[in-house]
Amino acid sequence: MTDALLTVEGLSLGFRGDGGFAHILDGANMTMKRGEIMGLVGESGCGKTTLASAILGVLPRHALEIRGGRIRFDGIDMLDAAQGAQQQAVRGRRVTFIPQDPFTSLNPVFTIGQQIEELMKWKSPRRPVGPSRAPTLLTPYPRARRKADREKIMEMLNLVQLPRPEQLLKKYPHEVSGGQRQRLMIAMALLPEPDLIIADEPTTALDVTIQAQILGLLRNLANDRGVAVMLTTHDLGSAYEICDRITVMYAGQDVEAAPVAEFFNRPTHPYTAKLLASLPEGGGGMTGIPGELPSFYAPPPGCRFQTRCDRATEACRTRPAPDLAGPAHVVRCAHPLFQTTPATPLKEVQA
Amino acid sequence: MTDAPILTVSDLTVRFPIRGPFARKLGEIKALDGVGFDLAQGEILGLVGESGCGKSTLGKTLMGIQAPTSGSITFEGKEIAGRTPREARALRRRLQYAYQDPGASLDPRWKIGKSLEEPLIIHTDLPRKERLAKVREILTSVGLPAGHADLFPHEISGGQQRRVGLARILMLNPEVVILDEPTAGLDVSVQATVLRLFRDLRETFDLTYIFISHDLSVVRLMCHRVAVMYLGRIVEVGPVEELMDSPKHPYTQSLLAAIPKVNGPRVTENFWLEGEPADASNLPPGCRFQGRCPHVKPICRQEDPADRTVGAQTVACHFAGEVFPPVPTPKESTPA
Repeated sequence: MTDALLTVEGLSLGFRGDGGFAHILDGANMTMKRGEIMGLVGESGCGKTTLASAILGVLPRHALEIRGGRIRFDGIDMLDAAQGAQQQAVRGRRVTFIPQDPFTSLNPVFTIGQQIEELMKWKSPRRPVGPSRAPTLLTPYPRARRKADREKIMEMLNLVQLPRPEQLLKKYPHEVSGGQRQRLMIAMALLPEPDLIIADEPTTALDVTIQAQILGLLRNLANDRGVAVMLTTHDLGSAYEICDRITVMYAGQDVEAAPVAEFFNRPTHPYTAKLLASLPEGGGGMTGIPGELPSFYAPPPGCRFQTRCDRATEACRTRPAPDLAGPAHVVRCAHPLFQTTPATPLKEVQA
Repeated sequence: MTDAPILTVSDLTVRFPIRGPFARKLGEIKALDGVGFDLAQGEILGLVGESGCGKSTLGKTLMGIQAPTSGSITFEGKEIAGRTPREARALRRRLQYAYQDPGASLDPRWKIGKSLEEPLIIHTDLPRKERLAKVREILTSVGLPAGHADLFPHEISGGQQRRVGLARILMLNPEVVILDEPTAGLDVSVQATVLRLFRDLRETFDLTYIFISHDLSVVRLMCHRVAVMYLGRIVEVGPVEELMDSPKHPYTQSLLAAIPKVNGPRVTENFWLEGEPADASNLPPGCRFQGRCPHVKPICRQEDPADRTVGAQTVACHFAGEVFPPVPTPKESTPA
């Protein structure tokens, strides 16, 4: 695909710990196009945040062990150590991040204005790419750029509907509410004018009324500016609200990827179907999925959902190949709920 | 279900002073402002509202963790507000509080069995053997293997910790259980099993629940009656079906409209409620929802509306029954 902004292919990584090797991501695949909002859905502990952190390159280096796979962002290999300088130019600037918890992501001892200015000093789109020649602490912040950045900051704070931005910049983080802090985080993620925003459960800490406002804001800004958003969430309702496409993960494997309408009306992987059935408003009431996630230290071979799946057979002991259940609807299951066709012919056409 | 209320709350007020230098009082936060409701035996009452609206303060005041500024709480015909710690302890056997984060409320250095045994040591004089038998019995009834008594809290998952939290509450055979955000932070798949457990336990142990939550879809599934709180006051209370299907207070209307519904019209495209709740320490005169209400009229800025009965609900709004949510622009829902 030529218009892919981000591709993750067969990413397999884990951490060495006391209990052995924890195999967190096992052959995870994902593709994102420019300007697309993609939902990454799954239970907690299924590797959503690990995948997001791997793209950002912020996983703890001493314990990390990458066993294979690639992450390509706009032609740059994000895992290749030889391309360190290019990766550095991408991170924080062309890929930005909205954290889950707006309460702990701002430094309590600096004013909001100081923190935004610090961000813009390093990650402003008007700053030339590359490391500065001066030592880090002595790096100048030219007055002309500071002024231009300041105007951008004001514009952005108005855009995210924060009241009285001038006063707000002088406040400390504890003086503003959670909803306002999350708006600030969105503003800070948008200020470097990125191509991709990774939003890690941006609304879980917020109330429903504020959630609706924040999701609407994110969608409008992404649409207006053509920014791709990767929204990791376990709330299917908010994924339905703003996503164009949804990828479902289970225990570090991608199990299904589909456009949003297909996803909710024709769930083809048994896990997706069970996830949808356990929604409180789904009519089924309190079904839930019996059992728990397999241990990452000794995961079952092949499809990792086999331990909780009622359709599991011997064939599930090898990882099923990606099949198509509809246009752009990829499923990896040996016993899908709907008829599928092997995906390979289509891939050749696109290549 | 009998008609006599097991718990009656009337005109309950809690204020927190804001103190400046030298403990000078600068103002006060009206955490609860004239809250009143009845709770019938065997009922599940939902308590919903945004964060900071006083849901948890109400729960804690009922438990006696927080002393009320004024008002009364009657539990089984006895006044329990403003008791001494000794009297409160005896009452606490019958009235239990399930905390929001069960992982944080278990001692990480105590085995689960020890945590479960502790209430029996404090409140009863059962011999050790009977205590252990009781621990096993309760563990099985919340759906955990009895062997879990020998594990530490970090060795079990979040859903299981939630079950242990419940088990600890059930040790003393309470009558009323206050569940404070019992499903916050749980995945949908785990949430469903935990909710079913609440239902089953209510059948087995004959419990009455106060279910504090901000998740309205869960409340609809679980509760008989719902009270909607906004900035320390109950703005609407009524049976769950009527309240959810035809909300009368504009705040309830917007709260219900904010829930994302799979395969419904998208909320983010036509959500009308703007801004955030007012500062609880500095409420304007009149209705507390005036700053965000789409139907605000001059009278709302002068008079705080009294409770009035409209249909099956009790609503605190001047225009209850006359206002309707703004009609969302009809939009093609995504075809199957």
